[in-house]
Order: sequence, then structure tokens, then C-alpha cells
Amino acid sequence: MEEFKPPPLPSPFNNTTPPPALLTQGAEAHLYKTISLNPSIPAALKVRPSKPYRHPILDRRLTRQRITSEARCLAKLIREGVSVPAVLALDWEGHGGTEGGWGGAWLMMEWIDGPVVRVVLEQWEAWMKQNQGSLDSSQIENEEARVRGLLRKMGSAIGVLHKAGVVHGDLTTSNLMLRPSAGASDAVDGTGSPSMEGDVVLIDFGLASQSNQDEDRAVDLYVLERAIGSTHPRSEPMFGELIMGYRDSYKGAVSALKRLEDVRMRGRKRSMLG
Amino acid sequence: MASSLETISLSHLPLMPVHVALYRNIQNAAFLKGQLLAGDTEFEYAFIDASMVLSRAHATAAVFRAVNDYMHNRLKSRNVHSEIVFSLNPTNNIAESFRRFGITDSTKDLLVVKVSVSPEITHESVAAHLESSVQGTPVLFDDQTLSEISDINKIKKAYKLGALPSPTAKENDEAKQRLENSLLSAIALRGS
Repeated sequence: MEEFKPPPLPSPFNNTTPPPALLTQGAEAHLYKTISLNPSIPAALKVRPSKPYRHPILDRRLTRQRITSEARCLAKLIREGVSVPAVLALDWEGHGGTEGGWGGAWLMMEWIDGPVVRVVLEQWEAWMKQNQGSLDSSQIENEEARVRGLLRKMGSAIGVLHKAGVVHGDLTTSNLMLRPSAGASDAVDGTGSPSMEGDVVLIDFGLASQSNQDEDRAVDLYVLERAIGSTHPRSEPMFGELIMGYRDSYKGAVSALKRLEDVRMRGRKRSMLG
Repeated sequence: MASSLETISLSHLPLMPVHVALYRNIQNAAFLKGQLLAGDTEFEYAFIDASMVLSRAHATAAVFRAVNDYMHNRLKSRNVHSEIVFSLNPTNNIAESFRRFGITDSTKDLLVVKVSVSPEITHESVAAHLESSVQGTPVLFDDQTLSEISDINKIKKAYKLGALPSPTAKENDEAKQRLENSLLSAIALRGS
């Protein structure tokens, strides 16, 4: 069997001690955990390698556009005080010229501690399934109230994002994290139902864009609704709570939610007919 | 007075040690600025008006950007030291960056940065030269000291962040973190 070799890291991260650790890999980017300029504070490093099958000039332009658009969205949200990772450093130019050089780009961001919401909901659903026989109705009520609280916080975080004039473009429960409040210990032990305390932090703005249109906002919500429906069946009936959290978070929410009704009828893509 | 020169090995840039010293009550700002303008290579430093520096993270972000650009041969200014001052600026205007962030005749508190771009530049050589040429009180380069020096309103104005809430004196201040993060992203994004 051929051993998996992660792609070589761009300079200067080929000099980093300890070397950045590859966490995940998508179609466009690799995500590493590394250290920030202060070595005691971790950082996330998103590397967009160049695509060898594209024409080198086009490749650099696309890579540059995408990484700078992501960083610009984050910078705007940071200024607005939205819960997103801070931008620590950025390089869109690659190095070594178009021939034989490195045409990729990288973005170093604040490391966000905590699980993604997908894991929290998965753990909760598994725990509920395992324990439903032994829970009385008030305990079930209580558990569902905790999830509703989380969904409300998620809705509110998305509202604050939209209020700032940015749409995410790829909202799933994997792109929402739950950062435990500073100083809070793990409230629940390994066998209990997962903690839902903390701040919801939005991550991965690789497909985000600046927009104030109801249509784009509604599509954000619709994509998340569909994602929750397919991955978290037990939480789906409580999606209304997310909508409530969203509605209360900014003024334009009501018209975006009205648009969501239309989007639900027809799906994410607008009809190009007529 | 013992030297307060700190030598930092910046993460990801272990081959380029960075020497940093912070001074208060500078007596010879005009002289230092003159040497810089005269292009005296002995005085090739990043001389930064410390009132324009919010925190250690703010300063090191600019140093990192400049040294990374230096390593990849894309300096926009004369050398890596002028580039550090330029890197603090949120826009592409080099002259403006020196007016805003560089040493002026009236600079009272000064942050000095020197990068070991050649093996002759060592902690000892930099410490000795600074000792003989900078007249001021060396202080620790840390967030506590910088918080007494930085001029928040001037910094916010330079980065066009007037709408942000101003940090207060208390520790772990959210407003300070938000301002710092806004500065870091401005430095990272300049020219994009």
C-alpha cells in the first residue's frame, strides 16, 4: 500500500518547529494546526496549493482571489465584532515565479478551541438514543431544551453575520463551532450528554461573499436547514428555534425569513427559465 | 544600565532572529532620525514611534510580514527594516507609513527593531551599538508597558477604526482584543 504523503508545506512553514500538523483536506485547501507568532498560542493554517492542471497564470489569479476574498470577509467580520477566527497572517503571492515556483497561497488564523456543532449534535443524538429508555418525560424535555438553546445561539450567530453584510455560502454544522466560555470546565463527563455551553463561532469563509440581499441570506439558512435535516434527524424538528434566534438578531431578519419560504419551495438554485 | 535588548526567534522564521528594544523618554530622536535619513548603514533599524504600537502581537505581526516579504524578494521599500515600518501601515503609501509609524523629532517613546539578516548582526553587536547611540530609558517590551505608551486614538485613526470601542485598562479586555485583531488583519491584508 502506498503511504499517504502530505504535500510539502510552503515557505516559511517548512522551517516551523514543530512542523504544522495536517488536520483535514478539502478539494481546494489543506488545514493545518500550527503555532502563532507567539509560540505558546496555537494557530490554524489554511493552505491553498496550486492546481497543476490549470494554466499557471489563471491558477495564481484564482488562488489569490479566493484566499484574499476569504481573508477580507474575515477582516470585516472581526472589525464588526462577529465571532469568527482572527486573521493573523496571509500570503497570496506564492514565490519563485510562475515557472517552477510555488503558486499557492496561505492564510494563518486564530485557533478556535472546542468541537464543531456537528459533533455536539451527533453525540447528543447518540446519547439520547442510548438513554431514551431510562429518561422520563421531564428529563427528555430538559435535554431538548438544551438543544433548542444551542440552535437559538446558532441562529443568532448567523443573524449577526448577515447583519454585518456577509453571507457564508456553505453553512453546515461542520462550519459552526462551539467555543467553551473562558474558565469553564467540562461540565459533563465522558458518559454524559455533551455540553452546549459556550459561544458559537463561524468558520470557513472560503465560499463567503459580501452581500445584503435577502436571497443570499435565505439560501444560507436553507442550506443549513437541509444539512441539519440530513445529518441530525433528531434535532431537525427543533430548527424553528434557530429561526427564532435568527429573527431576533437583526432588523432585516424578517424579510430574509420571508424569502426563505420561497427558497424552500423551489430549492437553492433560482430557476433560469422565463 | 543593563541592556534590555530582547532577541526573539519568531515562530516560522527561526533563521532570522529579531532584536527588539523599547525605550521611554528618548532624548535624541532628531539625531536618530537624521542618521536614518542620511542612509547611514550603521543606523539601519526599524525606528518605530511606540505610541503607535498597541501590543507585542501588533509589532510582531508587522515584523513577520516584513521578514516574510524579505525572504521572498518582494520588499516594497529599501530594506527589511524600512519594510517593518511600512508593514505597520494599512495602506500602500510608504512616505505616509514613515510619517505615521516612524520616528519623528517629537518621538518620546521608541521601539527599535533589528533583524539578523547577516551573521555579523548579533545580540551583542546590536546591544552595544544601541547602548552607545540611543539616549533613553530602556524598558521591557511587553503588553503591560506598551499599554502605558500607546495612543489608542491615534492608532484607531491610522487604521480607520474610529467606530470600534476603545480598550479600557482592565485585563483580558474584549475591546482590546477586537482592536488588536482588527490591526493584525489590516497588516496581513495590505496590498491584497
